[in-house]
Amino acid sequence: MTARNARKRVAPGLRAWFLVLPLAAFIGVTFVAPLGAMLTRSAHMPVVADALPETLRLLAGWDRGGVPGEAAFRALGHELVAARETRTLGQVASRVNRVEGGLRSVLTRTARQLRSAAPTPGVAVDGGAPAGSERTDSTQGPGGTPAAPWRDAMLAMDDAWGDASTWRAIQRAGERYTGRHYLHAVDLDEAPDGAIVAQPEDLRIYLPLLGRTLVVSLAVTALCLVLGYPVAYLIAQAPPARAPLLLLLVLVPFWTSLLVRTTSWIVLLQTQGVVNDLLVALGLIGEDGRLAMIYNMTGTMVAMTHVLLPFMVLPLYSVMRTVPPEYMRAATSLGAAFPAAFRRVYWPRTLPGVGAGCLLVFILAIGYYITPALVGGRTGQLISNMIAYHMQQSLNWGLAAALGGILLVSILLLYLLFDRLVGVERMRLG
Amino acid sequence: MTEADRVAARGAAGAGPPSGTPHVEFIGVDKTYDGVTQVVRDLELTVYAGEFLTLLGPSGSGKTTCLMMLAGFEAPTAGQIRIAGQRVEDVPPRRRNIGMVFQNYALFPHMTVGGNLAFPLEVRRIDRSSAEERVRRALALVRLTGFEDRKPGELSGGQQQRVAIARALVFEPSLVLMDEPLGALDRRLREEMQYEIRRIQRALGVTVVYVTHDQQEAMAMSDRVAVFNRGRIQQVAPPEVLYEEPERGFVATFIGDNNLLHGRVVAARDDICTVDTGSGIVQAFLVAPRAVGDAVTLAIRPERVALAAEPGLYSNEFEAEVDDIAFLGDHLRVRVSVCGSSGFVVKIPNRVGHGGVLEDDRVRIGWTPLDCRALAPDEEDGGSP
Repeated sequence: MTARNARKRVAPGLRAWFLVLPLAAFIGVTFVAPLGAMLTRSAHMPVVADALPETLRLLAGWDRGGVPGEAAFRALGHELVAARETRTLGQVASRVNRVEGGLRSVLTRTARQLRSAAPTPGVAVDGGAPAGSERTDSTQGPGGTPAAPWRDAMLAMDDAWGDASTWRAIQRAGERYTGRHYLHAVDLDEAPDGAIVAQPEDLRIYLPLLGRTLVVSLAVTALCLVLGYPVAYLIAQAPPARAPLLLLLVLVPFWTSLLVRTTSWIVLLQTQGVVNDLLVALGLIGEDGRLAMIYNMTGTMVAMTHVLLPFMVLPLYSVMRTVPPEYMRAATSLGAAFPAAFRRVYWPRTLPGVGAGCLLVFILAIGYYITPALVGGRTGQLISNMIAYHMQQSLNWGLAAALGGILLVSILLLYLLFDRLVGVERMRLG
Repeated sequence: MTEADRVAARGAAGAGPPSGTPHVEFIGVDKTYDGVTQVVRDLELTVYAGEFLTLLGPSGSGKTTCLMMLAGFEAPTAGQIRIAGQRVEDVPPRRRNIGMVFQNYALFPHMTVGGNLAFPLEVRRIDRSSAEERVRRALALVRLTGFEDRKPGELSGGQQQRVAIARALVFEPSLVLMDEPLGALDRRLREEMQYEIRRIQRALGVTVVYVTHDQQEAMAMSDRVAVFNRGRIQQVAPPEVLYEEPERGFVATFIGDNNLLHGRVVAARDDICTVDTGSGIVQAFLVAPRAVGDAVTLAIRPERVALAAEPGLYSNEFEAEVDDIAFLGDHLRVRVSVCGSSGFVVKIPNRVGHGGVLEDDRVRIGWTPLDCRALAPDEEDGGSP
């Protein structure tokens, strides 16, 4: 009896959880899993490690000083050929190339030549000989003994094989887990000796870009607040019959395609565009002094502010609607002029909306991609555009993932900071 | 103002026109929002200095609009409003120096009680030490000493009400407006606050214009009450006068209970007229100037009707049928049918031997002509009196 009662009590809660299951599954598949995979990719690089296991095992016992022994040459030779067979050579080569430039062609060329002309003297030890026996062999190898046909062959194919740095590059690229992408994402690098050093001045691009993204996002947030607050106030103060119409004016751009809106800005702001034509016609600027307002930072800021404005107006409006008009009347009847009444009574009541709107706009702005891509030109690009570039053009997914991870962490940090300063529980979205 | 003074003032007011220095004057004030519906029509009202005047009426009768025009939140469509003899149409609310208590208190929730009270002083640039002293005095006045650091949300409804009153008084205005300030409180607290507001008003001698739809509240607190209906003042008088000598049917039924009978004047001599109700002839006291043949409304207080009276005691005596008896503790409310009116109420005090009346009995009821007031019928309320 009691057990049945207990089950009856639990059942509604369980049923509610069942109803949430489809959404949970959807989010798991479309959000959590890709995000997790992407973040894993930023630190986990198994390609080289999987393709050259034997080489890397042998290199582990190498003193990193001179050229490794014959066994390493032979293992690498076999594994390069095998990688070429399984069509993973390209990935392996580009990984190694990323550690040290120029090695891509060395690897691919060597693999091609080895396949067509494998060193014949090594027939005796070719094939699936146990690795242990070769190890003893390789320790005797160095010193230019003729018992090193692979090394001789490969050195003949490319001088780079005689270079310790080539082997170090392979070793580095073979690390299964690495923080290198994160180092690169904050403009640091690992020197050959393992020390962490700053990138050369002219190669530091990500930190300045991240800084620029933060500054632009803050500026866009501030612009949205300055422009959106009076709009929200106007709608909140409007007579009930007119408020829906005003709200519609805010929402119509919101419902319009992002592409259409962004393209409209191009039409308006381009050098031969409407705004420039108007300024020239008014005589404010000369024909040759037309302003560059698009395909640069100005374009990015203008278009982003326009696109994100509704995200500021709506939370502000929904909070302002809950502020009773008596507050302002009371403040006025107590002798306060409008500025004082606004500053001391109305504004504090709308802070939850200000917080919500700012956080919403800022977080959307910091990861904004399409608008800067379309109207940002070369100088108006943000960090997301760089992430997209590494995803689509340079195919350095690890670095893209690391940049994305850093972006995510900075947003979380700012959110925590916001929580400490303003208090998230005081925030109201509507 | 002492109690004796007040009684004297009331007596004077009851006997003739009220006197004193006019503090607030509404002169021919009209208000319309849409140009069609007159929210306030042809308002003539004088509030005297130190007076507690209540605007009483049902919702939508224009009383709150009057208060808002006085505070400056609404502008009259026509007419003048004067405060201390000065026209105020062009004076913004913040310069009128009027203390105002709002229906929901409108305390600023993000400020402490002390902050709320200091607000009007800070915007007036009163220096900190004397502002603190004034805040302390205002809190002492409403018996909330030591509450400076509380937030309004931590206070009970009654305490919030006291803070709102203190805030309306702390900058020492000579005129205080209150818009249904006790509406959100329960009955016991409301009665206590009625007394408190009265006490404070008398202690400070400020003029109070008070809006309520609760006639008991108006009666309990006011020096004079202005009864509003449909944008028009029906009668302005001290509570006793409103109750005893209503001039119009609306006032007669809105203030206390009244039985209304309708008829036509068949004869009039001095103040007493004879009215034919269609099912009985009634002798009544003529209030409104009515001529023979005019329609009148007769108003008779339930407690002034005698039940099962000896024949011949009253000039108005009728046979009535008892429809219902309700026991209400201190009195019995008997509903009877008489003179073609079925909802006629008679109130009998709960004393030993109230006649032993039972339902469906036929009884004799009676009242004197002076307790039966012949008023202008309600249909004419919309027009000029």
